[in-house]
Amino acid sequence: MSAPATASAARPASRSRLRDGALLALVLGAAILWFAPAGMGRYGTYVLSLWLVMSIAVMGLNLTLGYAGQTSLAQAAFMGLGAYATAILTTTYGVNWYAAFALSGLLTFCIGILLGFPALRVRTHYLAFVTLAFSTLIWLLLRNEQWLTGGVFGIANIRRPGFFGLRLDGALAFHRFLVAVTFILALALWWLVRSPWGRAFMALRENPVRAASLGVDTRAYTLLAFAIGSAYGGFAGALYAPLVEFIDPSPFSLSQSLFLLLMVVAGGSGYLLGPFIGALLGVVLPEWLRFAGSLYLIIFASIVLILLIICPQGVSGLAERGWQALRRGRPAGGAP
Amino acid sequence: MKSPWIMAAALAIGCALPALAQDKVKLVDVIELSGAGASAGTNFKNGADLAAADINAKGGILGKPVEVIHYDTQTNPGATRAAVQRAIDEDAYAILGPVFSGPISASMQISQRAEVAQIVAGEAAGFTQQGNPYIFRTSLSQSAAMPKIAKYLKDTVKAGSVAVVWVNNDFGKGGRDAILPELEKAGIKVAADIATEQGQADFAADAIKVKNANADAIFVYLNEDESARFLRAAKQQGVAKPMIGETTLLGAKVIELAGDAANGVKGHVGLSVDAPLPGLQDFGKRFQQKYGYVSDHNGIKGYMAVHMVKWATEKQKKLDRKGLADTLRGATITVAEEPGILIDTTILKNGDLDRESFLAEVVDGKQVINTVLPKLNP
Amino acid sequence: MAEFVAFLIAGVATGAIYALAAIGFTLVWQTSQTINFAQGEFVMLPAVLVLLAVKLLGAPLWLGALVGILAFILVFGLGFKVVVVDPMIRHGVLPLAIATMALSTIMKEGAKDGFSAEAQNFPSFVPTGTVEVLGAAVSLQHAAIIVVALAAIGLLQWFVGGTRLGRQMQATAQNPTVARILGIPVERMVLLTFVINAALAVVASVLISPLYLAKFSNGETIGLFAFIAAIVGGFNQVRGALVGGLLIGVVDSLAAAYVSTQYRLAVPLILLVAIILLKPEGLMGRKEERRI
Repeated sequence: MSAPATASAARPASRSRLRDGALLALVLGAAILWFAPAGMGRYGTYVLSLWLVMSIAVMGLNLTLGYAGQTSLAQAAFMGLGAYATAILTTTYGVNWYAAFALSGLLTFCIGILLGFPALRVRTHYLAFVTLAFSTLIWLLLRNEQWLTGGVFGIANIRRPGFFGLRLDGALAFHRFLVAVTFILALALWWLVRSPWGRAFMALRENPVRAASLGVDTRAYTLLAFAIGSAYGGFAGALYAPLVEFIDPSPFSLSQSLFLLLMVVAGGSGYLLGPFIGALLGVVLPEWLRFAGSLYLIIFASIVLILLIICPQGVSGLAERGWQALRRGRPAGGAP
Repeated sequence: MKSPWIMAAALAIGCALPALAQDKVKLVDVIELSGAGASAGTNFKNGADLAAADINAKGGILGKPVEVIHYDTQTNPGATRAAVQRAIDEDAYAILGPVFSGPISASMQISQRAEVAQIVAGEAAGFTQQGNPYIFRTSLSQSAAMPKIAKYLKDTVKAGSVAVVWVNNDFGKGGRDAILPELEKAGIKVAADIATEQGQADFAADAIKVKNANADAIFVYLNEDESARFLRAAKQQGVAKPMIGETTLLGAKVIELAGDAANGVKGHVGLSVDAPLPGLQDFGKRFQQKYGYVSDHNGIKGYMAVHMVKWATEKQKKLDRKGLADTLRGATITVAEEPGILIDTTILKNGDLDRESFLAEVVDGKQVINTVLPKLNP
Repeated sequence: MAEFVAFLIAGVATGAIYALAAIGFTLVWQTSQTINFAQGEFVMLPAVLVLLAVKLLGAPLWLGALVGILAFILVFGLGFKVVVVDPMIRHGVLPLAIATMALSTIMKEGAKDGFSAEAQNFPSFVPTGTVEVLGAAVSLQHAAIIVVALAAIGLLQWFVGGTRLGRQMQATAQNPTVARILGIPVERMVLLTFVINAALAVVASVLISPLYLAKFSNGETIGLFAFIAAIVGGFNQVRGALVGGLLIGVVDSLAAAYVSTQYRLAVPLILLVAIILLKPEGLMGRKEERRI
């Protein structure tokens, strides 16, 4: 938009500083969340837990979209694959949850690679359309193959994992477990984005032709970004199933995939903390708005719409603009 | 960049509202107000609100006013669990709803752990078969209703073959899974087994399929709007065989929407505001006055659910949460004792119900009850 | 064979509905690269507004229709363009697409809370009754929809190719920068397409609602099918919407008949994937030039 030259020159430095700030925020946030639910009751704890789980799914989508520039409309389907894989493995086959968690990630990673191939043929919105079809096909499978997935009746009594003999059945114990898992997954992503791979992803997003001419193997990196993002969806699903202790196909429908995409964009795609803000908007805000009674969803959607109109880069973009304006000591948007 | 975390903490604290004092009878209605179940859920909500208004106009329960709070499930298990968790944290005296079996399955363990009665509107057979002593129905389960349909098809319609049209959600699939073995037992052949989508708009292809199946009768098990659309499409395609339904197909809303196409539809009705019982008819009138449309069976369920709480609380003479469930289990509530129950109802040990039901027919745009079927164990 | 023809004709009749909903989709994409995820709600809402106007004003149907339709075009033609699209269009396709998702929730929930959670009958100006086509029954309502969809596309083609205003609009769609240099009022042209889109949504709504009833959730299915139809037919061609709509309608009907009712929805989606892999620009579309 405005000020292309100066802004892009100033960007790398301020961005890397922002990322270090992001690491600090991650550590602090994890510490706060570890103790936060103390006086909160099971409902508040549950909502925070749900927020963390959705954050993981949104983080994955953020890698695909925000760092590698690929639009996926199937993140909820990957979440569903992970949730069902974990639920079936742990309830029917008695597999240990940790193994099921790893297998869910592996499964969604592999399917991500398979689905990513069309991305090599057709870019931008056409990949979105392929993932749209994939998302609905997965939903149909989950609903129709009752012998495996329980069909419309879903799978009940999904057990929560333990931790070295420690039981995590209680709301607070499981919440702390989620804090730890989310922290590790966020840290892994933080490392990935800073690594040469992460830079290649970003080069891909900014300008694929230039990235290719600079020697970035665009095919491999596109696939990798998409597959890792999908695996995060699978991880989120593997945590969602024991959190809710019940799954059916409805939370993994196309509209939920769109909703996850909304969280990425509203939180700020391409920012490490964006997914947390996005999931906060998507999960916690509607719960908090329940005091408004029947109008709460309209109010929620209006807030998102107004937010996007004011700042299409999402909350993180808004925060970055504000931060830079503060540092320069002049109002935002007053660039050249 | 710490702001989101602080905001999260602030929001979360906002969520954890303090428990209210026991000067009211606080019922939390966890119900489908958006998503696929919104029509059914809105009916249930309105029924429960009407019941609370009626009870409060007569002095409440044990002198305390009833308060019904509605939390939307979004027809989504994760959100339902949050809502039920919140209800428990807020010391709800009892939980009403939800309607869909997914949301019910996602929340019933929580009310069980907290030993709070949950009075649901679901009809699928599964959730009362898991030994949960805190779950109660407000309608007959499909495993009770479908044998009646099979018997009706065999004895009254004298059908040798049936085409089954069902909606592919927990309601429709549950009904379909319940009726197929009953049809087999009755020696009726299934000529076509047709799944349709929830919210499906166009039924032309399904109607042609039904027509070509050439069965003696058609059993239609869809939600209200889809029932109306199917009846219209079937009429347009010239399907002339008898249409048999269970409760929804004969509902007032279907008759209104389908117009002529609904005439001649027959079947079994669990709850209806046209039933030959003064309580139900009076409820139907007052519901229509208040909300401007005719209540479907879910509206009746909402009204009953609140009155089940009233009856049991007055019976045990105290606001004891666990006692409420204990009192309801195995009880028989009669209209003479509690007019708000609308129809004599026996609650079985597992939360299923036993009560009279009806065989009805749509004649000239009006539901006419032909036969009153007795309780299974009178 | 007679059976096959019956399914085919039912599919064409349904497909015309998808086509009608998909035209506006392709139109706003061409001039402003807007993917409107609320397109289904755009088709759902006018009928609800008409009924609401009748109820609130206690007015006769024609007056209610006038008020409801004008209100819709004003808010969701002009208002949508000025309030939502204009501030966001410079930031790429995605934020705007996401904003239309939020808009679809507002429209859906608004229709539910402001009007009714129940389906309502919507009056038809087409007489009831059926016509026989090759031995299959087609309602007059369906027949009218096919005729109107064809007429709408014909009119649009004529408008774009045969009038000065239309050619300016097309130039805007093809290359806004050049169009601006040539002195075409680009902004006004884009605005025009949004008004046309809203008007088409009204036409679709008034024709479809007597069949599908007026209900807040109706946009979900119609929106998805219109979207698929637009992609299959070719996002950048108005006649692509017609071809895509009819094709999807027929495929859907045949899938229900011969594949599996449970997996009925899968067949149009597999077709969608096949088209994207083999001919990404759609059946009728032309290749897009790459913009770097």
